[in-house]
Amino acid sequence: MSWRSASTWLRRHSVLWSVQFAYMAEYRAEILLWALSGVLPFIMLAVWSAADGPGLGLGPSALGRYFLSAFVVRQFTVVWVVWQFEEDAIQGRLSPYLLQPLHPLWRYVAAHQAEQATRLPFVLLIVSGFFLLQPASFAWPGLGRLLLGILAVGLAFALNFLLQSLIACLCFWSERATALERLLMIPYLFFSGLVAPLQAFPPGLRQLALHTPFPYLIAFPAELLAGESVAAAGPFSTVNGFLSLLIWLAVLFPLLLLLWRAGVRRYGAMGA
Amino acid sequence: MGRYLLSLRRFWGTSLASQLEYQLNALIELVAMGANLGGSLLVLWLFYRQGVALGGWSWNAALVVLGAYTCLNGFTSTVLQPNLSRIVTHVQEGTLDFVLLKPIDSQFWLSLRSFSPAGLPEVLLGLGLMGWAARADQGGLQPQQLLATAVVMLAAAATLYSLWFVIATTAIWFVKTWNATEVLRAALSAGRYPVSAFPATLRLLFTLALPVAFLTTVPAETLLGRGSASWILASLAVASAALVISRAFWRLALRYYTSASS
Repeated sequence: MSWRSASTWLRRHSVLWSVQFAYMAEYRAEILLWALSGVLPFIMLAVWSAADGPGLGLGPSALGRYFLSAFVVRQFTVVWVVWQFEEDAIQGRLSPYLLQPLHPLWRYVAAHQAEQATRLPFVLLIVSGFFLLQPASFAWPGLGRLLLGILAVGLAFALNFLLQSLIACLCFWSERATALERLLMIPYLFFSGLVAPLQAFPPGLRQLALHTPFPYLIAFPAELLAGESVAAAGPFSTVNGFLSLLIWLAVLFPLLLLLWRAGVRRYGAMGA
Repeated sequence: MGRYLLSLRRFWGTSLASQLEYQLNALIELVAMGANLGGSLLVLWLFYRQGVALGGWSWNAALVVLGAYTCLNGFTSTVLQPNLSRIVTHVQEGTLDFVLLKPIDSQFWLSLRSFSPAGLPEVLLGLGLMGWAARADQGGLQPQQLLATAVVMLAAAATLYSLWFVIATTAIWFVKTWNATEVLRAALSAGRYPVSAFPATLRLLFTLALPVAFLTTVPAETLLGRGSASWILASLAVASAALVISRAFWRLALRYYTSASS
């Protein structure tokens, strides 16, 4: 890519981003509700802490930090591209997007990033509320860990986006790809670490989970953010975690491009 | 009354016919339901395999709670979700006006207009799990226990309906809160576990504010023969109060409704 095309891309993306941000900021109440609907890690924290977190190797404050971090990671890696894409495909909005000199998926990436920016104040509010209620859980992860954690969240978002876009591409063949998304959600829910840290799993099942992309979507970034004591009890090393994220990204990205190209070739606009 | 029954039959007949168009969807739903229950069992097992009894409940007793949750979740997908999540759309697009003009009660129409058979297997699976686990725990079931459980489960369904309806009705004021019911659904997932598995403050919250306890724990205790008459009466009282409130809330909301573009 030359400098010229890089700067064009950057300019396009920043315009897209600011448009999407203005749009998302309109729907603040809705985004607050989405943020609240991610309450599951807090429910699981309550159950695990009442059960004394058996066999996790985490004290009460570390357990609280783990689930809080899982909540935060989930907030910034939520992906809804398949819903939007399905609607755009059915309503016929996709056709003009395909004519524009910009890959339509970038539009959705920008929308997701804008939504994350709108979520930020709500998430900060919830996190401060949590530490006010449970001051004992507070621990500063350290600048290095924090930055690594943010990087991991970004990569996890990219991976989640790729996974869901693969399902979204199936819209080119079937009108109801969201039904398939439900099937993807289930292993995500149980293997990602949202409901239980991975060390709670028996060894065989944990190994199986670690060979799927799901634990790197929530548990790995969450352990980075939750600090040294939590990460020490978990199954990931920092290097291996990042390596797995990169490998999954490298495998899924070309797959998405292939599927997209095959899909566009097959696409005949609704009603045509 | 007869008119309402006839309307209901027509409503559900047409929804069934349109749903049968999507057979592959039904299959996917079935697989998703099985996998979801499997996942819930797995999480529960993560506790019990280490010898932790959640809130002092035995494995089989905890399965009864999960069964009650599964059954009510199926009820949500069958009736509540397809109807009540649409109130927002009616408000946004102005089609609520048409509903209000129909010579039939608007709350009835909005609550029961459509029906999604994909949730029915989940209801049956939940009931089956409840019965099987309770038998395994008790060795046998008394008819009066079953009768009492049926009453309490109906009360739980009524409470759940009222919660959903009240939340969905807030759309009249806020218009864009189409995902408010998602928050409710997420919060209610606490009903997968007996309330005594939660710390004391949450237990209080789940009994008095958000009646999760009356949705799954009380039915499970009744089926296990541990429920007292006072809990059964309390769950009936909660259900009737919730229904009355949902009705009053709908009346109130309609007074504030000014229809689209006015």
